[in-house]
Amino acid sequence: MRTYAGHSTARDSNALYRKNLEKGQTGLSVAFDLPTQTGYDPDHELSRGEVGKVGVSIAHKGDMHTLLDGIPLNEMNTSMTINATAAWLLALYMTVAEENGVDRQVLQGTTQNDIIKEFLSRGTYAFPPGPSMRLIADMIAFTVDEVPKWNPINICSYHLQEAGATPAQEVAFSLSTAQAVLDQARERVDDETFPRVFGRMSFFVNAGIRFVEEHAKLRAMGRLWEELGRKRYGVTDEKMLRFRYGVQVNSLGLTESQPENNVIRIVLEALAVTMGRNARARALQLPAWNEALGLPRPWDQQWSLRIQQILAYETDLLDYPDIFEGSTVMDGLVDELAEAARAEMAIVAEHGGAVEAVDYMKTQLVESHRERVRRIESGDLKVIGQNVYTTSEPSPLQQGEDGGILTVDPTVEQGQIEAVREWRSQRDQAAVDAALEKLAQAARDESQNIMPPTLEAAAAGATTGEWAQALRDVFGEYRAPTGVQDAAAADDGTLADLREEVERVSEALGRRVKILVGKPGLDGHSNGAEQIAVRARDAGMDVVYQGIRLTPSEIARTAADEGVHVVGLSILSGSHRELIPSVLSELKEAGADVPVVVGGIIPRADEEALIEAGIARVYTPKDFEISRIMGDIVGLVAEHHGVGAAAA
Amino acid sequence: MSDGAELGRRLREGDRSAAPAALNLIETRTPDGRAQAAALLAEVSPAALGGEAPVHLVGITGPPGAGKSTLLSALVKEWRARDRTVAVLAVDPSSKRSGGSLLGDRARIEHDARDDGILIRSTAAGTMLGGLAPPTREAAQALAAGFDVVVVETVGVGQSETDVADLCDTVAVVVQPGSGDVLQFLKAGIMEVPDVLVVTKADLEQIALRARRDLAAALRAIGARNTPVVAVSAVPPPSGIGELVEALDAHRATVDVAASRTRARRMAALAEFTLERGESAVRALGGRRAAEALLVGRDPGLPVSALVQVLEEAGQ
Repeated sequence: MRTYAGHSTARDSNALYRKNLEKGQTGLSVAFDLPTQTGYDPDHELSRGEVGKVGVSIAHKGDMHTLLDGIPLNEMNTSMTINATAAWLLALYMTVAEENGVDRQVLQGTTQNDIIKEFLSRGTYAFPPGPSMRLIADMIAFTVDEVPKWNPINICSYHLQEAGATPAQEVAFSLSTAQAVLDQARERVDDETFPRVFGRMSFFVNAGIRFVEEHAKLRAMGRLWEELGRKRYGVTDEKMLRFRYGVQVNSLGLTESQPENNVIRIVLEALAVTMGRNARARALQLPAWNEALGLPRPWDQQWSLRIQQILAYETDLLDYPDIFEGSTVMDGLVDELAEAARAEMAIVAEHGGAVEAVDYMKTQLVESHRERVRRIESGDLKVIGQNVYTTSEPSPLQQGEDGGILTVDPTVEQGQIEAVREWRSQRDQAAVDAALEKLAQAARDESQNIMPPTLEAAAAGATTGEWAQALRDVFGEYRAPTGVQDAAAADDGTLADLREEVERVSEALGRRVKILVGKPGLDGHSNGAEQIAVRARDAGMDVVYQGIRLTPSEIARTAADEGVHVVGLSILSGSHRELIPSVLSELKEAGADVPVVVGGIIPRADEEALIEAGIARVYTPKDFEISRIMGDIVGLVAEHHGVGAAAA
Repeated sequence: MSDGAELGRRLREGDRSAAPAALNLIETRTPDGRAQAAALLAEVSPAALGGEAPVHLVGITGPPGAGKSTLLSALVKEWRARDRTVAVLAVDPSSKRSGGSLLGDRARIEHDARDDGILIRSTAAGTMLGGLAPPTREAAQALAAGFDVVVVETVGVGQSETDVADLCDTVAVVVQPGSGDVLQFLKAGIMEVPDVLVVTKADLEQIALRARRDLAAALRAIGARNTPVVAVSAVPPPSGIGELVEALDAHRATVDVAASRTRARRMAALAEFTLERGESAVRALGGRRAAEALLVGRDPGLPVSALVQVLEEAGQ
């Protein structure tokens, strides 16, 4: 039982961890900020507004020492949500343990390390797919003997569901990813060790609101996993073949309107992964009821922890053997899902495996998500409080002074910038340079393992940004596919009025309405931006969408050079207060006089400030009707150019 | 509405900040927009410039997935290292029933957004199946006054490649190893012989080497033994990019620029006339060849807009 936590500085996070351990939490789950996840130091241009935002900033081993101060690492099970820079953070963790006299052999925990889903959904990648997979294989080969209790990778189907995956896609894409990792790892270890490598693979799964089907999904996954182990890899040891997984239940379905209902959703989703003993999660973490509003506070997280404790200690959930054994309904569901997943896995294999199929999978996810959004808009999919039963009494939960969410102290970033500069000036520079040079050599030479030089760099005091830059220099930069290019055109009649208006305004302007959809900063959650881009295209606009991770100056330059009529920005990481004003001033400087709209998780208090700063409209998760947003945007363009609104 | 003549003058003086507004104007199909665009084009015509613009107009085309964007990333970098300013017109083929399109090329061309010596503009191919839309031709001619290199990037072989050849000084066709189509098209004469053939993914070594050999043989077989075939790799460490720039330059040195640009303006005028008045108006002039003949013999320094005028007067 644990909650996913970490914020601002290492010192504050350390205090939070100690408090949570006192409340009965049994492990650590570390959330890092986006610069740490993507390999940038706090003083890098792209880190602006993101330092300490969605997690803790760890720039070097000094920060890691502070983070873990006074926590008994020999007893701790530590889960780190870290992917592109997983090798580096594990090295920092190991270095701190060893400098505190804890042997690496006893360290227990997990690095998430599933890069494919970063390309598909979450966006915190740093290197191209090939080298990224090699880093993962290196970590697996290194930890299997050196840190034997560590789970070097946790394949995530979680984020695929968040990106819109159907249950069959979730199963198929994550198992295909596991297969790609295992194929690569097999070349790095001997045949005798390989079954242990297979046995150390674990999964991080999602559970949605259709909790009966979701339970069947987990049973299907277990069955397919065993099948993969036996057939493809010749693993026979029953213990190694067990499907091990942890869960964070669904956030996609949590609503901004009537957010108190989310607690009920979370409980039901937790049931999906605990009901049947044969497919029960080994670790469970629950989101907070107010995630769609902003950052949860400690009290909100405590509430989520209590849900788990009530399920475990008050109910009889854990008292029985598997309650679905012999159920023909459940078995039928499992058969159906396993069959659909096998078919989907075959398509991924035809593309050459998960790495080669990133484009294909991304496009499928964008399609599935579009279908989901369409069903919510049309009312086919009912979401209580959002598209049905929307009248509500005022919620006392949101009446406090903080509006029911946590705000991060804006001075954290400046403090971290000064601290990392101070750190760089205090260390033995020659030792750092030598270690980074060794690292670059190992990166160039595929026969070497990246872990030993990474550990050396960590011990010498290199920074997160320096480690990642050394590898970027060798591996090159990379931009993941956006998946929108091949999204099929919507052909239902619902867009007719909207298209008509886009045509009318385009003709009045003399050229087609052109929109830039931009994602400033390091936030990789691109679902919203993708759906907006595809819908704008379907409405008849020319759409410039460049994917994630753009600086304000890049966005402004694009807006000016492309001659767009309107700019739409999407931010979910909470950095809108820093980044949006800076995009506005860069636009002004670039000479782009266009209306700007913003979408994302924007607390109500910030909404007014953004409007004040010159933003034309702010959209939050409660605005689920994308076509209505499009109508707004066309109206803004018409107004801006004095070509009037439609007669309606 | 922006002042076309003013924008044209600023472009001529190398004021980069005038380029986006100039392109907006050229794309604008209202009567006022067309008039301002004509004024703009007059300011960057050979008559106003005192000769043809010293720009190198380069067409980059090839089948989807051949690696054009990755190649362009490396080429733009190389040109900038040689201190040449570059404008890229990326023509996106995606265009759906709705009339809208997703312009994704810009994202794939890696470039420094803070560098004023680079301009990238995406345009939808619109209703022009395969071919180049008239605004793209005019845009290339306007940018020619303000940049050292103007690239027109299109997808596919066939009509778009022919149109690009009409517009540009040098056309490079990009193919990846193992794509037999281009080889077949060349042999069958479906595709015109490009000025430079580029084989990407040279890091695949043996395969790329074989592709290069096969293409050279095919070119020899159709009597085009002088067409250079350059193998490039854009993945780090890049290779062949400098060689490619030199091959493009070498071709440019052999081109009769005045004749080629004059013809380009005639073709642009014809395309614009066809878009505005329709195929029937072209037939009323006696067909494409007759219409073209009407333009031959006019002052070669005339801008496209003036040539369109000639066709319109003949049609009345």
